[in-house]
Amino acid sequence: MDFEDSPEEAAFRAKARAFLDANAERRKPGEVEGYRRGQDAPGAMERAKDFQRRKYEAGFVGIHWPKEWGGQGGSQIEYVIYNQEEAKYDVLTGLFGIGIGLSMPTICTWGTAEQREQFVKKTMRGELVWCQLFSEPGGGSDLAALRTRAEKQGDEWVINGQKIWNSGAHYSDFGILVARSNPDLPKHEGLSFFILDMKTPGVEIRPIKQVSGSSHFNEVFFTNVRIPDSRRVGPVGAGWKVALTTLMNERHGMRDAPGPDVAELFRLAEAVELEDGPAIDNTAVQEKLAEFYVRTQGLKFTKFRGMTALSRGQTPGPESSIIKVVAANKLQDILSYGLDMIGMAGPTMGDEMPVAGIFEEALLYSPALRLAGGTDEIMKNIIAERVLGQPQDPRVDKGVPWRDVPTGPRAGKA
Amino acid sequence: MNFDFSDELKQLRDEARRFLTDRCPPAVPRAILEGPEPFDRALWQAMAEMGWTGAAIPETYGGVGLGRLAVCVLAQELGRAVAPVPFASSVYLATEAIMLFGSEAQKQSYLPRLATGEIIGTFAMAERPGTSDPRKLTAGVSGGALSGVKLAVPDGDVADFAIVVVNGGSGAWMHLVDLTGAGVVRETVTTIDPTRSHAKITFAGAAADPLPGSTGPETVRKLMDYAAVPMAFEQVGGAEAALDMANAYAKERYAFGRPIGSFQGIKHKLADMYIQVQMALSNAYYGAWAVHTDAAELPIAASVARISACEAGWFVTKENIQTHGGMGFTWQMDCHLYYRRAKLLGLALGGSREWKLRLVSELRARNTLVAA
Repeated sequence: MDFEDSPEEAAFRAKARAFLDANAERRKPGEVEGYRRGQDAPGAMERAKDFQRRKYEAGFVGIHWPKEWGGQGGSQIEYVIYNQEEAKYDVLTGLFGIGIGLSMPTICTWGTAEQREQFVKKTMRGELVWCQLFSEPGGGSDLAALRTRAEKQGDEWVINGQKIWNSGAHYSDFGILVARSNPDLPKHEGLSFFILDMKTPGVEIRPIKQVSGSSHFNEVFFTNVRIPDSRRVGPVGAGWKVALTTLMNERHGMRDAPGPDVAELFRLAEAVELEDGPAIDNTAVQEKLAEFYVRTQGLKFTKFRGMTALSRGQTPGPESSIIKVVAANKLQDILSYGLDMIGMAGPTMGDEMPVAGIFEEALLYSPALRLAGGTDEIMKNIIAERVLGQPQDPRVDKGVPWRDVPTGPRAGKA
Repeated sequence: MNFDFSDELKQLRDEARRFLTDRCPPAVPRAILEGPEPFDRALWQAMAEMGWTGAAIPETYGGVGLGRLAVCVLAQELGRAVAPVPFASSVYLATEAIMLFGSEAQKQSYLPRLATGEIIGTFAMAERPGTSDPRKLTAGVSGGALSGVKLAVPDGDVADFAIVVVNGGSGAWMHLVDLTGAGVVRETVTTIDPTRSHAKITFAGAAADPLPGSTGPETVRKLMDYAAVPMAFEQVGGAEAALDMANAYAKERYAFGRPIGSFQGIKHKLADMYIQVQMALSNAYYGAWAVHTDAAELPIAASVARISACEAGWFVTKENIQTHGGMGFTWQMDCHLYYRRAKLLGLALGGSREWKLRLVSELRARNTLVAA
């Protein structure tokens, strides 16, 4: 039992570090990776694209993809090692997450040779940015209930409807879109999957102001938007299966919640003065610090168990499914507790606050982490049903044509 | 990255699970709960014959020499089986104390007999409610004679000897005491978990043989750290078994025309139980790595393993009762076996409150968060 890299892994890590040292700035000690912090800074996107191109040329994009996709044919553990190293550097890679992490695996699995030829390499090089057009006001956790219509007219599909929570739609070149091609079939059977050029006439993007005040998400409206049939991915009516490939890639990966962690909470406890002296000397505070530390370590070592499986060429066990839900909740709890320690001065945001105001900033974006990529409730359903083998809830929409499924007063049918 | 047990140890775990599934179903701890016997002697003997009691004892002292990781693996299975045997007292504590702090003569005298299960050891520390800080103890040794009263000594009525912690000043803080000798009065006490017997022991001039390595209160903490890791595995094993029980019941029990596991109120509870078990298991692995490598961060790893296991054990065993509804509160269902044992193990070695303070103190002493 040890935490050491195998000789091959150590060699790969050294190679990754050498590339990163030559092409990026290492984060300063104690510097926290903010959630998409800095993406809106002037010139950030150009720098991100430039780094992505160099990363591609050095062979660190698509590390674990098969060679026939244009990947490196490497192992999952190499992919994890590269990401561990990259996280230590000040680079913005979130821009390419949907393209490389979700869209390309879906297109490579289901798409035509022509589609792969057209999109994969350019996306890997950072020339194309993608967004995901899945969720709708009436189709979030119950994605297959979505209403956006796709009607075939000749060689084209005509799209009408609305999507929501579309990260980066306002700067994306393309989107992956699921729409309803047949409303008379049960909900999972009447969907089709498309690649949408975001510059197509009839596409209207409206930013959504978030709790944090910034606008990372959008609503996207479609009015008679025409997509050529050559941009359909997978067979007509197979949209749900294709979308599942995307979702599996989204929920795969041992995703942590970026933001202040227990180390920052310790720093805060050292900086803050309570009734009886420094917070760090208060036993009630110490108990909370210990609880957060234990949760942090539990996550870390759960990831190490998954990495051990990858290192042996195996699939990580079901324990990896707990990471997202634990991490996102822990983050919110740490933020709330940290601000509680700051007390009446807590609401202020900015650099003059202890630990540079990151608790305040993260408080406002943290709710998203319990929602995006599967809500806590959906993640717990998955754990109970797929890991523990519990039965699904009875479904009133099973086998019912989509147009007859009740939708409630908050949504009208498309 | 190789954060897992070896194939050899996994094989040992599988063998232990097969043996205990067959030899120690819930009816076995229940028989101790309901009957007059303090523990299952035949089970203890069978375990000793398989080498479990000597798993971590070096071969030169008559053990099997598999190391401490083997004890962790066995502990998890014993926890799962709620085994009514003095394994924790004799192996994690008494054997470990002699291995860490005993003289050569003490090792030669005791370890071979501990390995064969011929003698049972235990650990006597608590004197009153509250902190387990050894500096607050009043028991003491004068001229080789021990005086003091120890409460809730696990297996205190069945053990042959105890490692007794005293306020040792500049001398030894732990002493070997023959519990069958003169000056020892043992009184079996009722506890929250009668599947593991406990005794109040009064020492009045009992012969005390000092462990020469136990030179200060920090050696007591060190022993607790070493013991906390297999204890965490035992706690996690119990939590796993309670989760299995709740999970099976939720599939079989119908209400409102459907299995109760199809209701999200139950489903999400089961997911939360699974999360607790996995977090505690991952942290127990951390502890196992630290005892295995004698890592400098053992006090941190042991505390993390301990706190996590206490939380999981409590949460999962109480929610197992809740999942079973009214049936879960009956004597006839086995839920209470896990519930009792979880809290018992959560108090042995001191409750998690103390371990949390200790964890923070260790983290501060190192002035680092060890790559948190």
